[in-house]
Amino acid sequence: MEGTALRRRLIWRLATLVDAIHETRDVRSLVFEVGDWSGHLPGQHVDVRLTAEDGYQAQRSYSIASAPADMSLQLTVESLRDGEVSPYLVDELSPGDQLELRGPVGGYFVWDGRSPSPLLLVAGGSGVVPLMSMLRHRAVSGRRVPARLLYSSHGPDDIIYRDELERMAAADPDLKVLHVLTRRQPPGWTGYARRIDGAMLAEVAWPPESEAEIFVCGPTALVEVVASGLRDLGHAPERIRTERFGPTGR
Amino acid sequence: MSAGFVSRGFRGRRDPSVPSDRVPPGQYVVSDFPVLSAGPTPRTPLSKWSFTIRGEVERPVSWTWEEFRGLPAETVTADIHCVTKWSKLDTEWRGVSLDTLLDEVETEAEYALAFCDGGYTTNLPLEDLVDGRAWIAFEYDGAPLEPEHGGPARLLVPHVYFWKSAKWVRGLHLMQEDEPGFWESVGYHMYGDPWREQRYAGD
Repeated sequence: MEGTALRRRLIWRLATLVDAIHETRDVRSLVFEVGDWSGHLPGQHVDVRLTAEDGYQAQRSYSIASAPADMSLQLTVESLRDGEVSPYLVDELSPGDQLELRGPVGGYFVWDGRSPSPLLLVAGGSGVVPLMSMLRHRAVSGRRVPARLLYSSHGPDDIIYRDELERMAAADPDLKVLHVLTRRQPPGWTGYARRIDGAMLAEVAWPPESEAEIFVCGPTALVEVVASGLRDLGHAPERIRTERFGPTGR
Repeated sequence: MSAGFVSRGFRGRRDPSVPSDRVPPGQYVVSDFPVLSAGPTPRTPLSKWSFTIRGEVERPVSWTWEEFRGLPAETVTADIHCVTKWSKLDTEWRGVSLDTLLDEVETEAEYALAFCDGGYTTNLPLEDLVDGRAWIAFEYDGAPLEPEHGGPARLLVPHVYFWKSAKWVRGLHLMQEDEPGFWESVGYHMYGDPWREQRYAGD
């Protein structure tokens, strides 16, 4: 698309919560009905705006978790300690409640499913959310390119979308989901039990000749390790798309 | 459409220690320093680094790292505002004013496209880069700028959203006509004034 192409102005829309799913202790998926929603691409996010009685407003961005074809818009939100907006979304918002949102936003960290290249996804914590939109999109699309998700969580109870990922992978020989548990592993755990490193990436990633499309989302430290590790393995930097949250680890 | 809308049960967290006249609409103040970039962090050895002004100029001009660091530098304290909603107050940088660098070229250009290691670009009106409002920063908080934050050097233009303060900057391409950079060509605002909340095209 030409950069100068006319774009639809992003206006604030009222969204109504129709369902809420507890994913983990701190994470909830929120399912909204949004009037006149224009659709989105997997990987995009929305801006959410909350308004207090006295007119005070707060805005934050949240990745979209649903596939474009889904009837409703799903956001998955982690409640951050000391957060201003996320605890409200995770603990307070109830079905029937409304909020304002606008979007979709973002045109780089997106996977529209048209590329024939394999899809390599690497997530840390709630960084899995935009990648889940990609996997859900892939699952309902006719052509399924090979896909791998390497997904790092602290412990087994922190895995978001655990059951759905399991079902997806069981039903799809071209999808591999590899869990990493960095802090707590259940007895008999056979998955990875250390932070993601270069050796792990070498095991999981296709060779660079595959020209895999790579999406990495998570805390800054993880994204730095993964993006530079994949580059060191020979993957072209322009095929490594990243989205980070949080500060530098100092 | 939703004028007068109130979020049921939302009170918000207002920090009385934050001067509200320094926080643009829709922003919140952080104390840490979030990192945002679209791809891997590039690492260019200083021996291969240069800063170039080219495009609509009589003669392009280039500085090696040594030459660049030999230019007069100044300490800048500024509030920065990221389009992803966080603002950070009183950040302290050290850098070379773009006035110093642009003094070395003759140009009729009105716009600049900053270009960077890793392929990132961003566009700005040239008038926003002069008169002590823009720098090439090489230190943050008294230490060399870390690669994650754009080191060895990044553009610093604090009066517009921080995506304009391009990390890993290697030069300016001067132009008569405005041309969208990386984020500007995927829906972000061409100018990006945080006080007018120009986040996305059409804002």
